[in-house]
Amino acid sequence: MSISPEQVLKVSRLARLELSDDELATMTAQLSQVVDYVDQLSELNTDDVVPMAHALDLTNVFVVDQVAESLERSQALANAPHADGECYLVPAVMGD
Amino acid sequence: MSLFDLTACEQLAELASGRTTSVELTQACLAQIDAHDSQVGAFLHVDRAGALAAAERIDARRQAGQALGQLAGLPVAVKDVLCTQGMPTTCGSRMLEHFRPPYNATVVDRLHTADAVLIGKTNMDEFAMGGSTENSAFQATHNPWALDHTAGGSSGGAAACVAAGMVNLSIGSDTGGSIRQPAAHCGVTGLKPSYGRVSRYGLVAFASSLDQVGPLARTAEDVALLLGAVAGHDPRDSTSANRPADEYLAQIAQPLTGLRLGVVREHFAEGLDPAVQRSVREALTVYKSLGAQVSEISLPHSKYAVATYYVIAPSEASSNLARYDGVHYGYRTDEQAMLTELESQRARLEAAGDEQGLAELDSALVRMYRRSRAEGFGPEVKRRIMLGTYALSAGYYDAYYLKALKVRRLIRQDYDAAFRDVDLLVGPVSPTPAFRLGELTDDPLSMYLVDLYTASANLAGVAGLSLPCGQSNGLPIGLQLQAPPFAEARLLRAAHMFQQATDWHAQRPALCSSS
Repeated sequence: MSISPEQVLKVSRLARLELSDDELATMTAQLSQVVDYVDQLSELNTDDVVPMAHALDLTNVFVVDQVAESLERSQALANAPHADGECYLVPAVMGD
Repeated sequence: MSLFDLTACEQLAELASGRTTSVELTQACLAQIDAHDSQVGAFLHVDRAGALAAAERIDARRQAGQALGQLAGLPVAVKDVLCTQGMPTTCGSRMLEHFRPPYNATVVDRLHTADAVLIGKTNMDEFAMGGSTENSAFQATHNPWALDHTAGGSSGGAAACVAAGMVNLSIGSDTGGSIRQPAAHCGVTGLKPSYGRVSRYGLVAFASSLDQVGPLARTAEDVALLLGAVAGHDPRDSTSANRPADEYLAQIAQPLTGLRLGVVREHFAEGLDPAVQRSVREALTVYKSLGAQVSEISLPHSKYAVATYYVIAPSEASSNLARYDGVHYGYRTDEQAMLTELESQRARLEAAGDEQGLAELDSALVRMYRRSRAEGFGPEVKRRIMLGTYALSAGYYDAYYLKALKVRRLIRQDYDAAFRDVDLLVGPVSPTPAFRLGELTDDPLSMYLVDLYTASANLAGVAGLSLPCGQSNGLPIGLQLQAPPFAEARLLRAAHMFQQATDWHAQRPALCSSS
């Protein structure tokens, strides 16, 4: 395995995911397989190659800074799993 | 001749002459959906009442002699990855099962402006991640040509509904082949436009530098009609290209003289099904008979496309899907049960004096994020988020993400060099015809390898089109044409030439005639 279960666990925390024990075992094997496949990229010498993050060479697309209509608060909150009509509600963030 | 036998362009003529109405067309679509979709599973949502009401309004305006849009009265299906105001937009995910967008995607707005009738939302792999539409949280889509086979993916519903005669015009999205591969497997014509040709505003993001919205239909003419209605610059998508769209339909009947086709040598390496190879070679013979020059060409880095893609796409996905946090919209876990469990975990750790366990214990908010995402996402989405998070994490970023961006440049340079010598690249869409449902579900890497011939177009940002060019054991085979960025008109004219000379695109699955 090119990736250990400990690494997968760490990545799952970074990714804000929870994995069951079964998922951890499957994920470790599957991620290792894909990472091994991807490792073929290391065959290529890319020392002088400029990375390509995007297909279009666009820089600084500006728009006029104008006040425009935006969503009503009720619309913005309409899909919230938990809201009080004014704010999104989440579990307490501060200590007791 | 029934409505069912007509293409969208032919239906437009019937509508204009008053020989049919939008209501009749819409009812014909709904009847076909009623007859077959319980077997095919192409739609996640059919907007029966809304579609009929829209059709009535368009018919009334036509009767009153008012000017109408370019799709006036034609039913269109939309992949469930595009936001439709007030209508479910699930992305095939439990995460968005109850999500009703407060706004329309630009493409959906343009369909309305063109006076299309939005008939419903089509099934897809969850968040467009997959090549078989089996990753939908709600249902698998079955191939209308053979119901025990997949329709391809991720736009499997979008392709299957056209193949099954439920609708003539369909909108999909393509990040690594998700329009072209299901189009090939279902025997329809599908176009992935150049990156930036069609607005991504309101398209639920998977991999933002690769995603592109595009049309599927039975003929290149109908694809041109639909592309013309949705393409063009959109100030709300800063990555949409600020250049006018071409007159795709008006130009389509002009044959291309002296067309230079390049056959990609690397596409005929091991792994290509012999029947697919034969059909592609036969298609080349057709093009030669139409006056095209065919030469062999090399894309030396094409064998690295899948590896490059499966670093870049998951990396972008892991970032894009961070928004599903159970707070603003989407699924949230049962908060009370989660808090109760967390408290008892804390109490156990405290009783045991486990300082490290306590330090590592999630806060309530983080546990809420993690549990909501664990319950709301399916296995493939989790796999991609994990892969992307790994590739972007400290110590691996240079080796994976940065490396992949560099190889992406090499892949683009291969295309630039090829298009100096030829007008279009031609080859297979997928290594095999449609595979059986369940055949690859336990083998993620094999599923990824079905993107072998398609992913590079997304990485390079070029346009790609799939059109039917043969069959094997009753399953359709697709031919892929690729063009330089923004040469969609050339691509469609070449596809139209082929369809004037062959009738693969006119073949219908047996299921269609059983209604």
